[in-house]
Amino acid sequence: MIKIAELSCGTEYSGVQGEIEAAASTVGGKMVYPDIEAEDIDNAVEEFGFNPVSPQLRLMIARAIHLVEGHYDADAVFISSCFRCAEGALVRNEIRRYIQLHSRIPVVTYSFTERTKASQLLTRMEALVTIVERKELLARERQVGLTAGIDSGSATTKCVVMRDNEIIGKFWTPTGAVIDTAEYVFNEACKEAGIKTSQLEAVGVTGYGRFTIGKKMNAKLIQEELTVNSKGAVWLADRQKGDATIIDIGGMDNKAITVHDGIPDNFTMGGICAGASGRFLEIVSKRLKVDITELGQLADRGDYRKVKMNSYCSVFGIQDLVTTLAEGKTMEDVAAAACHSVAEQVYEQQLQEIDVRQPVIQVGGTSLISGMVTAIKDVLGYEPIVPPHSQYIGAVGGALLSSGFLEG
Amino acid sequence: MKVFIVPPNSLILFDLVERFGHEPLSTMQLIQEMVDNLEIDSPPLNVTPDDVKRGLKYAGIEVPSGIRGRLAVWSELFEQADATIIMEDAPYAFGCVGCHRTNLILNYLLRQRGMPLLELRYPLDDEEAMTMVLQVKGFLGGLK
Repeated sequence: MIKIAELSCGTEYSGVQGEIEAAASTVGGKMVYPDIEAEDIDNAVEEFGFNPVSPQLRLMIARAIHLVEGHYDADAVFISSCFRCAEGALVRNEIRRYIQLHSRIPVVTYSFTERTKASQLLTRMEALVTIVERKELLARERQVGLTAGIDSGSATTKCVVMRDNEIIGKFWTPTGAVIDTAEYVFNEACKEAGIKTSQLEAVGVTGYGRFTIGKKMNAKLIQEELTVNSKGAVWLADRQKGDATIIDIGGMDNKAITVHDGIPDNFTMGGICAGASGRFLEIVSKRLKVDITELGQLADRGDYRKVKMNSYCSVFGIQDLVTTLAEGKTMEDVAAAACHSVAEQVYEQQLQEIDVRQPVIQVGGTSLISGMVTAIKDVLGYEPIVPPHSQYIGAVGGALLSSGFLEG
Repeated sequence: MKVFIVPPNSLILFDLVERFGHEPLSTMQLIQEMVDNLEIDSPPLNVTPDDVKRGLKYAGIEVPSGIRGRLAVWSELFEQADATIIMEDAPYAFGCVGCHRTNLILNYLLRQRGMPLLELRYPLDDEEAMTMVLQVKGFLGGLK
């Protein structure tokens, strides 16, 4: 049983405490609450140096110090406060930093509303348990031997073959039948690498289809994409130490993951509307009669400020596009506005739940569209890193982590 | 040495730091430059959405924009500070950031930077005022 210490404010009065406990129990965890003497709280707050007014936030700080100093035994920490509480958000983040700086205890954070359900917390809790149970595996920074990683995504399936910390083969294709597609990309990547599939020492699988493919291919690693993608992204960007934010805008959904030393501690996932995904850009490309691979350069030549576009809904977004084209706006400006619109939606919707930490690593299929990278830069105010092979993060993470099984 | 003062617009702290031979980092000049920036049309302070985004370096998107905007403005100063003087519980007339939450995170960030730091309580009578000045003098005198 993994003991997850809860440092939170407002969960009981928001009616979500039961959901938190249910999510933990589903993934084999148990929420625990570090005991603190009332008279120790003020001293702890003074020692910490951040002096919030809300007593429950003060208790959170005292509990964090108690954990870090080893007075209470827990395997992981879940830090949570109400969404849109400024004091809570500030404390939550500084406690997270403090625990990561002074201990090796894995942390995830979350800001909840009264609508938070166990299912929304499940991936976080699952990742937390994975981080505890596979701590040594996740610390791996170099790939060894000859391994492959398969990422069975909602829009595309990717495979990478690695040997001695280098990518020697890769292939992707749109996802069709899960197993057939995986076998196809697997064989093609091996062909590019110049090896036989039987030579591979280990295979790691992630993404939506991971269980089906993993079983069929006898994969050594079957793991959720949060931890696997994070490892792949920081390996590709060569940012394995310290803080980073990974923005992964894929074909069907998008994720923003904050990591510390390559291990995720918070993430948010969008996908309610295709307006904030690569799918919206595909529709725009079709309407502009350009190939998706040309949309980025087109956008780079345009000015998004000249076109009003709302991609909160892909249908309305396309309506805006049609109207602005009819008004005589240029294709370049429309392409730029489309990219900016996706970036803005990711910023306003997904990044609401996390604290953006530099550097920002932009990955996923849309990171290959240069206009999308420009748009993220405009929206965030600083340049994201787009690593080579940025669409292969899950596959690289799978190949890297599965090699951990080769060294006992 | 460059000494950041909190509240960052305190004239008294500014004067003390300058009087005792150091360079005060205060918002007066910074705000003047922003107010006079005729190229930006975001009166009265000419803080732009881009400034507020810069504040993301110190606080997440969930933290209200006013806090992030303040941090972005003050960061121009505290990022270059060699030392800090923080005056707690000061009345408005002494200097004011205008936001308690900003005070919380600003003071915390300053404490985390590991630079020489003097924390004071606002003096309530003449004797406390004299003690405060002596403390500031001793602190600034000790800065190399």
